Amino acid sequence: MSAAKTIIRFENVTKRYGKVLAVDNVSLAIEEGEFFALLGPSGCGKTTLLRMLAGFETPSEGRILIDGQDISRTPPNRRPVNMVFQSYAVFPHMSVADNVAYGLMVDGVGPAERARRVEEALELVKLEGYGARRPDQLSGGQRQRVALARALIKRPRVLLLDEPLSALDAKLREAMRSELTQLQETVGVTFLFVTHDQDEALAMASRCAVMNRGLLQQVATPSDLYEFPNSRFVADFIGSVNLVEGRLAVDEADHAVVEVAGLPSPIYLDHGVSGAHESTVWVALRPEKIELHKRGEGRAAPLLDDAPAGHNLVPGVIRRIAYLGSESVYDVAVEGGSSVKVSRSNLTRRDQEDFAAEEPVWLAWRASACSVLLS
Amino acid sequence: MTEPPGPLDYLHRWPIRAWLLAVVVFLYAPLITLMAFSFNVSKRNIVWRGFTLDWYRAAFQDSDLIAAFGNSLTIAAVSTLVSVALGALTALLLWRFRFPFKAALEGALGLPIVVPEICMGVAMLVFFTQILPWPTTLAWPLNLGAIIISHISFSFSFVAIVIRGRLASFNRELEEAAKDLGAGEWRIFWDVLVPHMRPGLLAGALLAFTLSLDDFVITFFTSGPDTTTFPIKVYSMVRFSVTPEVNAASTLLIVLTVALTAVALRFSGGAAAAIEAGEGL
Repeated sequence: MSAAKTIIRFENVTKRYGKVLAVDNVSLAIEEGEFFALLGPSGCGKTTLLRMLAGFETPSEGRILIDGQDISRTPPNRRPVNMVFQSYAVFPHMSVADNVAYGLMVDGVGPAERARRVEEALELVKLEGYGARRPDQLSGGQRQRVALARALIKRPRVLLLDEPLSALDAKLREAMRSELTQLQETVGVTFLFVTHDQDEALAMASRCAVMNRGLLQQVATPSDLYEFPNSRFVADFIGSVNLVEGRLAVDEADHAVVEVAGLPSPIYLDHGVSGAHESTVWVALRPEKIELHKRGEGRAAPLLDDAPAGHNLVPGVIRRIAYLGSESVYDVAVEGGSSVKVSRSNLTRRDQEDFAAEEPVWLAWRASACSVLLS
Repeated sequence: MTEPPGPLDYLHRWPIRAWLLAVVVFLYAPLITLMAFSFNVSKRNIVWRGFTLDWYRAAFQDSDLIAAFGNSLTIAAVSTLVSVALGALTALLLWRFRFPFKAALEGALGLPIVVPEICMGVAMLVFFTQILPWPTTLAWPLNLGAIIISHISFSFSFVAIVIRGRLASFNRELEEAAKDLGAGEWRIFWDVLVPHMRPGLLAGALLAFTLSLDDFVITFFTSGPDTTTFPIKVYSMVRFSVTPEVNAASTLLIVLTVALTAVALRFSGGAAAAIEAGEGL
């Protein structure tokens, strides 16, 4: 992202409702052309942040800038942003064309120009020929398209989307994900969307901000969020994870060792941690990054190529198996008492039969598989 | 094995049928008799002597009756307009804003509905004689002022409650969407809020109109010799004798009221269905 220009800047934005801190000192810069996701559990402040940008809420402290202009006190009808609401808020008493034209009509754009741009906008969202329809004759997906066209026709600097896919059924949601990303590439407008669904954020966003209890936890690309979470909250919120608490035994520039009470062998990492020696840390290990090997009489323990012997290898017994089609998730009780989740892709049609419940196994993982979290 | 009776099968059992018959007889027989005898040749409402429209003709030639009917329509029209405007604004106020004593105001709004009409009537009589004597010598239709004001005072509560109910189903995101697209408060009101309220406005207007048109008790206390309304006139005619002309006039009033109520019900019922369908008329 070279020479990217900052379009939105939140500067120490705080929002209080009485004593409740909805948004807590958030500073965030969003660049032009990004497809940016605000991700977090419900009540984390993401919607409040979006509504402050749209102008429906005013920050208690801090400033919001669009293109360098402070718009914190500008009313919503004079901001260069438009919003697609969670309920889509399509005007029920107007035709599709009138809905889409509404913003232009309010701005006093002439009828000829209006008709032309409505045509354009409907084409953009693939609703050509639907102009005369009434909203109650449309499906949920089509209503969303109307809301998109209605917002985009005003050529906003930023398009805001509040839980854009939550009202759609599962299949349509999948389809709309790629359509929204395509639409964003076509129009080139910066999209900022709010979601509680991590899959949605990972699939669509170029960058995500994870929020929790009003605080910004991490801002990163989807793959960085997943592979390099900066806190237990993020590691746990994004995807599935095994989180274990341990003690930082060795911390060198090129490797580190964490000793975990519930695991018989220490965890070896191929990078330094820069934490205090002997301090408490947490290790996040994704289920798909653990290998499952048969264990039993006459079988040698698997060899790991990047960790010294005695590390990253623990014996255990499979307790439960969840067959999910594309993969199977194994619940493994390891010696030492912890329970570890391991997922394994079913690469052939017989792979799920490789392991059975109550079977003794080795769990092994690479030195580059896990991340260490200091908070 | 016999099947258990379905819901409609009970209609074939005699106690249910007897009940239905009793309901029909006590509820509708008097009305049907009244209407039937308005076409009777005989001057007395006892025996059927043949079909005639003479009583309708007589009713239409009775200038007092026509004047009373004109008064009623005028009062109904004016009080409906004012009630709808006041009721809609009250409903908006209660829906939109929070202010001290809001609960008290909301409760007081229902008072004209629960207070016995006779008390309202007496209260109006006292008010218009003691506090605000309405001059009876004013030219028509200004002399109807006292009646119009008292009609507004009870019918606007009904209007406000109907519209308040309609507003409860309003999606606030519609308002925000309009604002987001650049509309100011005034535009939002006319472009988004009023279209949503429309079924409630119509239902409220028809309700106010029918309430005013057939009101007797309150009007009785506020009308004077020159400001007779249709129900009062019918009552005074009955006091002399129940002629088929009274039947004819009453039939006309029944037909008008039923027709308007049907329209009102259609709109308020249609309103609920419209919300379901997300259509909003």
